[in-house]
Amino acid sequence: MITTTPEPAGGQNSAQTDDVTLDELAALDAGARTTAFPFRVVDLEPFAVGAGSCALITMDDGAEPTKPTTLGPRAFVNLRDTLDEVAALAAAGTVSSVAVTGKPFVFAAGADLLGVSAIATRGQARAMARAGHDQLRRLGELRTPGGGALPSFALVNGMALGGGLEVALQCTYRTVSTAAGRIGLPEVGLGLVPGWGGTQLLPRLIGVQAALQVIVGNPLSGGRLLTGAEAVGLGIGDVALEPADFIEESLRWAARVLAGDVVVTRTDHAGATAEQDWDAAVNAARAQAWSKLHGAAPAYGRALDLVALARTADRDTGFAAEDEALADLIVSEEFRSAVYAFDLTTRRAKRPAGAPDPALARPVTRIGVVGAGLMASQLALLLAQRTTVPVVMTDVDDERVRAGVARVHASIADLAAKGRMSSDAAARTTALVTGTTDIADPATGFTGADWVIEAVFEDLAVKRAVFAQLEAVVSSECVIATNTSSLSVAAMAQGLQHPERVVGFHFFNPVAVLPLVEVVRTDGSERQAGTDDATLATAFAMGRTLKKTCVLVRDRPAFVVNRLLMRFMGEIHAAFDEGTPATVADGALEPLGLPMTPFTLLRLVGPAVALHVQETLHEAFPDRFQASPNIAAIVDAGLPGFWAQDDGAQKEAQKGARKDGAGERALDPRVEALLSVGDAPSSAEAVRDRALSALAQEARAMLDEGVVADPRDVDLCLLLGVGWPAHLGGLLPYLDRSGVSEAATGQRFLPVGVASVPA
Amino acid sequence: MTAPTTERATAQGPPPPRTLRDVVFVDGVRTPFGRAGEKGLYAETRADDLVVRCLRELVRRNPSLPPERIDEVAIAATTQTGDQGLTIGRTAALLAGLPNTVPGFAIDRMCAGAMTAVTTTASGIAAGAYDAVLAGGVEHMGHHPMGVGVDPNPRLVAERIVDPSALVMGATAENLHDRYPEITRERADAFAVTSQERYAAALAAGHITPDLTPVAARHTGAGWDLTTADEPPRPGTTAEDLAGLRTPFRPGGRVTAGNAAGLNDGATACLLTSSDVAEELGLTPRMRMVGFAYAGVEPEVMGYGPVPATEKLLARTGVGIEEIGAFELNEAFAVQVLAFLDHLGIADDDLRGNPWGGAIAVGHPLASSGVRLMTQLARHFEADPSVRYGLTAMCIGIGMGGAVLWENPAHSASTDGSDGPHGTDHESAGENA
Repeated sequence: MITTTPEPAGGQNSAQTDDVTLDELAALDAGARTTAFPFRVVDLEPFAVGAGSCALITMDDGAEPTKPTTLGPRAFVNLRDTLDEVAALAAAGTVSSVAVTGKPFVFAAGADLLGVSAIATRGQARAMARAGHDQLRRLGELRTPGGGALPSFALVNGMALGGGLEVALQCTYRTVSTAAGRIGLPEVGLGLVPGWGGTQLLPRLIGVQAALQVIVGNPLSGGRLLTGAEAVGLGIGDVALEPADFIEESLRWAARVLAGDVVVTRTDHAGATAEQDWDAAVNAARAQAWSKLHGAAPAYGRALDLVALARTADRDTGFAAEDEALADLIVSEEFRSAVYAFDLTTRRAKRPAGAPDPALARPVTRIGVVGAGLMASQLALLLAQRTTVPVVMTDVDDERVRAGVARVHASIADLAAKGRMSSDAAARTTALVTGTTDIADPATGFTGADWVIEAVFEDLAVKRAVFAQLEAVVSSECVIATNTSSLSVAAMAQGLQHPERVVGFHFFNPVAVLPLVEVVRTDGSERQAGTDDATLATAFAMGRTLKKTCVLVRDRPAFVVNRLLMRFMGEIHAAFDEGTPATVADGALEPLGLPMTPFTLLRLVGPAVALHVQETLHEAFPDRFQASPNIAAIVDAGLPGFWAQDDGAQKEAQKGARKDGAGERALDPRVEALLSVGDAPSSAEAVRDRALSALAQEARAMLDEGVVADPRDVDLCLLLGVGWPAHLGGLLPYLDRSGVSEAATGQRFLPVGVASVPA
Repeated sequence: MTAPTTERATAQGPPPPRTLRDVVFVDGVRTPFGRAGEKGLYAETRADDLVVRCLRELVRRNPSLPPERIDEVAIAATTQTGDQGLTIGRTAALLAGLPNTVPGFAIDRMCAGAMTAVTTTASGIAAGAYDAVLAGGVEHMGHHPMGVGVDPNPRLVAERIVDPSALVMGATAENLHDRYPEITRERADAFAVTSQERYAAALAAGHITPDLTPVAARHTGAGWDLTTADEPPRPGTTAEDLAGLRTPFRPGGRVTAGNAAGLNDGATACLLTSSDVAEELGLTPRMRMVGFAYAGVEPEVMGYGPVPATEKLLARTGVGIEEIGAFELNEAFAVQVLAFLDHLGIADDDLRGNPWGGAIAVGHPLASSGVRLMTQLARHFEADPSVRYGLTAMCIGIGMGGAVLWENPAHSASTDGSDGPHGTDHESAGENA
């Protein structure tokens, strides 16, 4: 649609080729808000003589800055109308440039995902893709009366994500606020492609390598986004300007460009890059994506195909290819799963289902941590950092207490040295963490504590003893929390005078990284009160203070995450024990693109911990959970895991990256010497089916037991507690769409349309 | 002259005698002024953001001034709550991105707020406490209508400390008409028409815009706009138009919306330094402060305040009224300017007074106006080196007037720090003062 004359209704010509017109599409728009595109003609002459007048468009949905402006069909109707008016002013010579910016703190956050989810047919999806192209490209294709290109400026004042950034890419020039902190093209992480010009324009603007980093590399790296300064450094923005008077100074910069005082030089990287270099960059990114995802997320491949195309395709061809990719992906199950996961982690996570009235929460002004080991030290650090109240650690002897406190203090010093904590905050946090062996000491002990958490050895008798000691020291309302990963919380509370203030508060390792806490409410019985609402509310408030996502779970063995992980690891290890080769068993789940393989996960969790949880679960559910004799053997031998070279497991897991090349690994020879395996190997496919069926059965059993109230909480737990891939939508959408749910349990977990294309 | 403090910290002996330093006005800017109210330019723009814009513009226009050399940011506001609260000089400095080592304060003398910000910090410069300061003012009368939230002490009226009319500015203007019956409504209206005409001519000649810093202002539903021009002026206003306006302060009165300044939103700021620091930093002085004075009058005729303030100033500096070639007088009300001109024997339409019009046309966002007068006077100095002295003066609520006398560095007789006949008193202000 490169035109030489302005088209007063440029958006409507999509109706000639699509079944669905923009106006029809707008009628289907399920978005909560509609973005308007008001514009004013502003005088740039005071900034630079000859700069003329500019049509300044504001993208504004009328909501507060915490609700980002989105783009949907109704927005495109508004944009079409605005650009029709601006095109007429440009044709008349009334304006000699156009600029677009956002409401305060936000440029635009791209397509309204919930609105897009309402699309049910490929025809509608294609119309949506075209509507974006038809309108956004006009920002770069308006004409002067003489037929020249009308310069356009994007004033990127804040968050510019996905389609929002593509608005900017369609313009001739971009200014970027140094306060803009969230710039990027996260689409592939959500099962889409940056298909409103992103795959075609960005590689030409900043080079294929940098564009691939933005389009594919950053989504692969946990959804990394760019700051304003980084965006300008990459060439996405032409100039970085300070936020205090960003709009004014952006317009001054625009005026100087228009007056010829500032000249922006550009390289068309498509023309300047040799074919083999371009293709090599795309292929390298493809290999990187494959190594992490094993093809589980088709959007990555589609985005890479489009970037490959961008070197030679003209705009019409490139944009048409983007339309087709979006049309396919919008009606794909993977996209629906990703939107489902996005909704869980961004919305459901903020409003924990089943949490009591937050007003019931009691203030916490002093905290006790029982245990001074590695886990307890992590908890003490996090608690002191986030609550900023005194945290007292205790253990059985002085030496352990000193070591625990020293470990926390060293971690604080380390954070300060890395610049991740200011020196004042480090001094404050250091002073907050103390230790004692005498919790009854009125000055240095747990007296006055409102919250005590234990992280001692996972042994019921030990924990009961700890709880009894605590009750003698703390008030009757002090919350007593346990970080147990599998033991019964109610059993621990047995014998207490006030069992109603006992709650499970289960973190995931590494505590500083994984955002989930399972909040375990004990059931009441005639003999023993269950967790009361005030205790539970205090636990949820604590979770919020710690910046964790809390999910309410019932006091059932191993709760949600560990129960599912153990069930699934149990099946993998059982297959291995039966004689399946290690590489086959460990690699069986590869097509799901999990963040790490089961053997690597075992090493991360620690074989002894895993074995202990497995044994607990075996006691509860002897027919479904079996402790692997081979794991028991390596625990007895004190070995860290199965693979010889897996020392980086912990580090890799913390970085969110995945160990790849499982097939090239070899078993640790010390492990091999201990193994006893059968002679009934399974194929990878059989192992996978077995593991997935087991997961479906276990998830169904958990829902039947009421471990969580809603299947969505199963997925929320897996997404946040163990990094289960968002591109799968967590676990349940994958089991539903692959047919495993119905085959293994006779029913789906989620109704059609919840994490899938509506019927 | 040397900086007075650098060598004082020696262990023995008395401190050296203090010397005063010349204070120079380097640069001044303002936002375009807006009409107060829901439809005004700045209805949804914060007052402190208007100040920030002015501070940043000054820093931007004077790149040879290292921001860390700014010793004070003094910002005036009559109402110091809400978006004009929180010690606006300091918060605006932080919001403007000045180093956090730069202090700031808020100051109030009603309409003469910015003028007082200038004279107070100028005193600090003269005494050697500051090298460079930013001084200005703001009033968002849309967000802070006059009189809202005030709680006058009942003794003021009960004990006849002030006349009840003293707290209503329009009523004080009517009182001034009473006192000077020769200043008729017709004269006031004619003066107002001239103000509008002179402003329009100055705008057309390109005199107004260079001192404005454009402001991006957002309106719900209408998006961002860029304000580059004043909103209050009503070009083409005729005496006939004005004759028909009602007199809201008194039935059959003389004061109307047409011969008084309106209710406005806007901010101003200027850069002052000592003359030696200006030289050190390569800044060009555009005016040298000769002196200033404030004086009080009966609060119910507050508009007369500039007369005693100016008399006091001339007496102190020894400059004769006939030596002053340019006046920038705040036009809160036509009557108070006319009373001032009558007192000095200057004709209503003398071009020495407000040659580019005044607040009746451009607006009067209370505490901001003083610096607008100075910024414009600096332009008059540049345009006419034959003018040696200029006066900025304004009336002030609760019965005061303020006046600042400036010397034109471009004038042949003006040599900074010379012993000219009317130079600042450069003598020692006394040992161990």
